[in-house]
Amino acid sequence: MSQRVDVSKTWKLYIGGRFVRSESGQSLPVKHKRHGTTVHLCKASRKDLRDAVEAATGARKTWGTASGYLRGQILYRMAEMLECRRAEMAEALAATGSATPKKRLEEVDASIDRLVGFAGWADKIEQILGGQNAVPGPYYNITVPEPTGVVGILSPDKPVLLASVSMLAAPLCVGNTTILLAPESNPLPTALLAEIVATSDVPSGAVNILTGSRDELIGHMADHRAINAISAVNLSDDMLQQLRERSAASIKRVRHERLSQPAWSKHEERCSPWCVEPFLEMKTMWHPSAC
Amino acid sequence: MADHPIDAIMLENRAASFTRRSIKESAKKQGLRLALSMVDLTTLEGSDSPEKVRSLCRKAIRPWEGEIDTPLPSVAAVCVYPNLVPVAKEILDGTGVHIASVATGFPSGQFPIGVRLRDAAEAVAAGADEIDMVINRGAFLAGREAEVAEEIREVRSTVHPAHLKIILETGELGNYDAIRRASDLAMEAAASVGPIRDGEVFIKTSTGKISPAATMPSVLVMLEAIRDHWFATGVRIGMKPAGGIRQAKSALHQLAMVKETLGDAWLTPRLFRFGASSLANDLLRQLIRIEKGCYMAEHDFSEA
Repeated sequence: MSQRVDVSKTWKLYIGGRFVRSESGQSLPVKHKRHGTTVHLCKASRKDLRDAVEAATGARKTWGTASGYLRGQILYRMAEMLECRRAEMAEALAATGSATPKKRLEEVDASIDRLVGFAGWADKIEQILGGQNAVPGPYYNITVPEPTGVVGILSPDKPVLLASVSMLAAPLCVGNTTILLAPESNPLPTALLAEIVATSDVPSGAVNILTGSRDELIGHMADHRAINAISAVNLSDDMLQQLRERSAASIKRVRHERLSQPAWSKHEERCSPWCVEPFLEMKTMWHPSAC
Repeated sequence: MADHPIDAIMLENRAASFTRRSIKESAKKQGLRLALSMVDLTTLEGSDSPEKVRSLCRKAIRPWEGEIDTPLPSVAAVCVYPNLVPVAKEILDGTGVHIASVATGFPSGQFPIGVRLRDAAEAVAAGADEIDMVINRGAFLAGREAEVAEEIREVRSTVHPAHLKIILETGELGNYDAIRRASDLAMEAAASVGPIRDGEVFIKTSTGKISPAATMPSVLVMLEAIRDHWFATGVRIGMKPAGGIRQAKSALHQLAMVKETLGDAWLTPRLFRFGASSLANDLLRQLIRIEKGCYMAEHDFSEA
């Protein structure tokens, strides 16, 4: 009997609910530490980013107006899907990371718990951050949080999965649509996350995952007027300044934090309403009271 | 008349080939500006209100409120229902933007001919510069072509000197041969009333109410019919694809097809129009991206 040939996966971009190749035809080679081979991922171009923004803009209506209850269920399903692909995800972490097998599984488990945490916030954020304000007059004064819109996410390479999941789930759980750019040096786990999103009933376009060069895409992300907010951590001072300056033209919200690797494991801090709040707009309404 | 049946496979291949032209930067900019100047900005909804038509007219005159180095052209016309022609007239009078009105029992054409003619006559009386008529598809498909031709003749006589666009509704005709026959029939019927100045008569693909509408192959059939009519008579009939053209890229494909089928003479709003509503905003988005270097958001443009 002839020997079987391995069928290896073609890594693609995840745009508008579809797995697509980069329009540029360029690839992003990554060394696979375990196999000693080179994995080629798609290198997203300016036009792939544009397509992702079109998809994310198109999904604002379905995802942004879905009930918190439904969004919570869908995020919980993402956790379920990640749970049943625990081993596969740990393997992806091994491909480019250096952690021990135990640490890798711990990171996957923490990511699953993070998703469950944000799934819980989806229908509770409104009560926590919104509410009825006290005013000295015969009026009701009510504040309601609404999603900011399309959020671009630049996740760090360590801890790649836990950080990607945390940075994705925070804006997502309250109805923002997202474009996640995987870290260039360690993109495999984030690319695999796309397959988990694709099987979790997330509406097409609500989550888009790109792999590519951050240096090449960050300027286009900042310039694109249909992206309403950008979430990033640990950028170099130069890059952060460039991001802030170019985002100013379209009055984009830029959320940047400096976080050490262990900080991501602190669930209470990294899954708090204050992680979600930067991606909400507060709408306040006055209404005459009955008496 | 075409003397042989249309080869559907070759036609579709030829039409698809126009989508593979590489149109970049300066040519693209020129093409987008030209396409914008050819748009018949359209609203044909039961829910149309006078204010919606007014805002559409303002957009037609000045498509974008932002600042740009070379001013953008106005669109060619605003296309509305006859009831709203007087509203459009108030704003567009003297601006160079034409008022087009659908008439003759739009969109089905399934009304007695007397009613349809009165519809057209009243739209012209209200101030329409161009009438978009529908042919009687019921009669055409039943083979009563003489009846269809006679109706076109009567409508042209009624609306003269307003320009006439004859809607074939290609999506209902069934096949390419029928589209070609309807095109020939419409042009010959219009010509038999009296001499046609260039661009006085258009043939138009669709009402925009049914799908498929202005597909590349059906537009190509009509362009070829126009070319043959021009060879035979020396008269330039206009062309208006309508329905389903939402992206700037599709508009450029159509322009490439016009240029290579009819030549540069047709690359003017006098002889070629796009019936569209959302296309205008996509043309603006692409144009301004080239001018300013960054992608624009939907909320940067007024609703069309």
